[in-house]
Amino acid sequence: MTAPDPGEDIPAPAPVTERRLHPVTPFRRAWAPVAVLAGWAVHDPNATQAQLARLTTTALLLGLAVLVPAAGLYGFLSWWFTHFAVTDTELRIRTGLLFRRTAHIRLERIQAVDVSRPLLARVAGVAKLRIDVVGADDKDELAFLGEQEARALRAELLARAAGFAPETAREVGEAPAQELLHVPPRALALSLVLTGATWVSLCAALVVPTVLWLATHNLWTVLATALPLFGAAGASSAGRFAGEFDWTVSESPDGLRIDHGLLDRTHETVPPGRVQTVRIVQPLLWRRLGWVRVELDVAGSANSVLVPVAPRLVAESVVARVLPGVTVPQELSRPPRRARWCVPVWWRGHRLAVTGAVFATRRGLLRRRLSLVPHAKVQSVRLSQGPWQRLWRLADVHVDTGAGKTVTARLRDAQEAARLLHAQAERSRTGRRDARPDRWMTG
Amino acid sequence: METGSPKESGIPGAELEWRGLQPALMRLRRLLVVGWTATLAVATGLLPGLLVGPAWAAFALVPVTCAAWCWRLVGRNWRSWRYAERADDLLISRGVLWREETVVPYGRMQLVEVTSGPLERRFGLATVQLHTAAAATDATIPGLDPAEAERLRDRLTELGEARSAGL
Repeated sequence: MTAPDPGEDIPAPAPVTERRLHPVTPFRRAWAPVAVLAGWAVHDPNATQAQLARLTTTALLLGLAVLVPAAGLYGFLSWWFTHFAVTDTELRIRTGLLFRRTAHIRLERIQAVDVSRPLLARVAGVAKLRIDVVGADDKDELAFLGEQEARALRAELLARAAGFAPETAREVGEAPAQELLHVPPRALALSLVLTGATWVSLCAALVVPTVLWLATHNLWTVLATALPLFGAAGASSAGRFAGEFDWTVSESPDGLRIDHGLLDRTHETVPPGRVQTVRIVQPLLWRRLGWVRVELDVAGSANSVLVPVAPRLVAESVVARVLPGVTVPQELSRPPRRARWCVPVWWRGHRLAVTGAVFATRRGLLRRRLSLVPHAKVQSVRLSQGPWQRLWRLADVHVDTGAGKTVTARLRDAQEAARLLHAQAERSRTGRRDARPDRWMTG
Repeated sequence: METGSPKESGIPGAELEWRGLQPALMRLRRLLVVGWTATLAVATGLLPGLLVGPAWAAFALVPVTCAAWCWRLVGRNWRSWRYAERADDLLISRGVLWREETVVPYGRMQLVEVTSGPLERRFGLATVQLHTAAAATDATIPGLDPAEAERLRDRLTELGEARSAGL
């Protein structure tokens, strides 16, 4: 053994400690076969009834007695062989009994971190943690962790992703959050009442089975159509209310926090500079109340709602916090009048505004959708022109963003569109210079 | 015809050095047109001619007429394809009836792909495709000389690294 060099004070890389998920995890697998059977029964009720009639109670119980422990064993083994570890730069997930799978997720590439607690998991005191990176699978979520552990892990991951030194990352703890907006239940309920989709699905659930009953008099046909329709109606009214209940948007140094849910609670964190596009949607019936819904796109993330319902000014102030330096443009320019020969009536709905920070387009006459793309988030710009559009000297300009969404300025004058194409490419190139770095606390 | 091209829109410094595709691509496409037409013409001519009567073999003229039209279309489409490397972005312009112009800043490129199928190789051609983080980015240049495709790939990767910007 040689004595360590006194001038060398670089610590040896700490051994990576691997951890397991919460021990409650195997139980969720135990119910999988029962769920599969139930799904099959709902899918094909006639055959199920015939099969059930042939089975005795003993056979049924025996079957369950074999299936549930088998599934439990599978759950236990998959839990036993799943490990995760946080290193300085990566989250490593190692899983698989027969087919080994190792995922290394780079922390500076994190687009969002979601902690979700479904109802049963809340009862058991556990939570799921999901990291959104571009190209991540559903398999890359950590389900389940203890609630405290999930919060601590989220704070640690965000601190490391932000660029805090590895030794301090664990002690930084949760960044303090400042509430920006809270949606009261009354406003949420009223907004759902004023949404057309709620009524359409409810009417469909009432009318279609009635008509089918009058036409066929077959109970199974009616049930098979009524159940999914009622399910859809419930999901679009009560389900949406429960999902968007107690919606809170807050701001912290770690980024944007979105917490919501009545039964299933979800806590999302979007680090600064990850938002690719923001859409402000205003359905026709909300216009009198001056309410809007704000949606956002983050690459690799499935969540899309930022604010389910809020007065326009409040929503715009939230947007200004999400996209720093952006003010929502109020004056949008219309296409030239001759555009009515390409898109009758609706041509008035297509508007465009380009400010120093965003490319903004609006479409729709009744349901208005205003899309905002920060120049720094533009991946490519395209101009397209069909033969009919060329006759009327019009063209479309498409702006592609990293979240797989394309924002289109339709029916612009051809000369203007060509200038816009090049100017936008120039802006998107230079817009990146003053954007924050991936490790947002280092810049 | 050329409305919307950058030269006429008065953009400063837009004297671009456009490059076209290899004539071999036009030859390849025309060969494919002729090959398929011949098969179709034989099928549409022989079957009715043998089964119904010799006069019905005139049906073979339909694919032949179509092919003559396609022959022209291939030429026009080939002429419409062009690309230009600017200091900071790549420009691709294409299409006759449905015109499309794409601008991809070098810093946004995630991946440059050079592909060449068996027929393309036979004609000495290669295709360069650029991928950005946006799936909608449709930046493909077919029908390049393999050496030019490799030069383009290397130059794009080099410029992409220098100006890398990510998401």
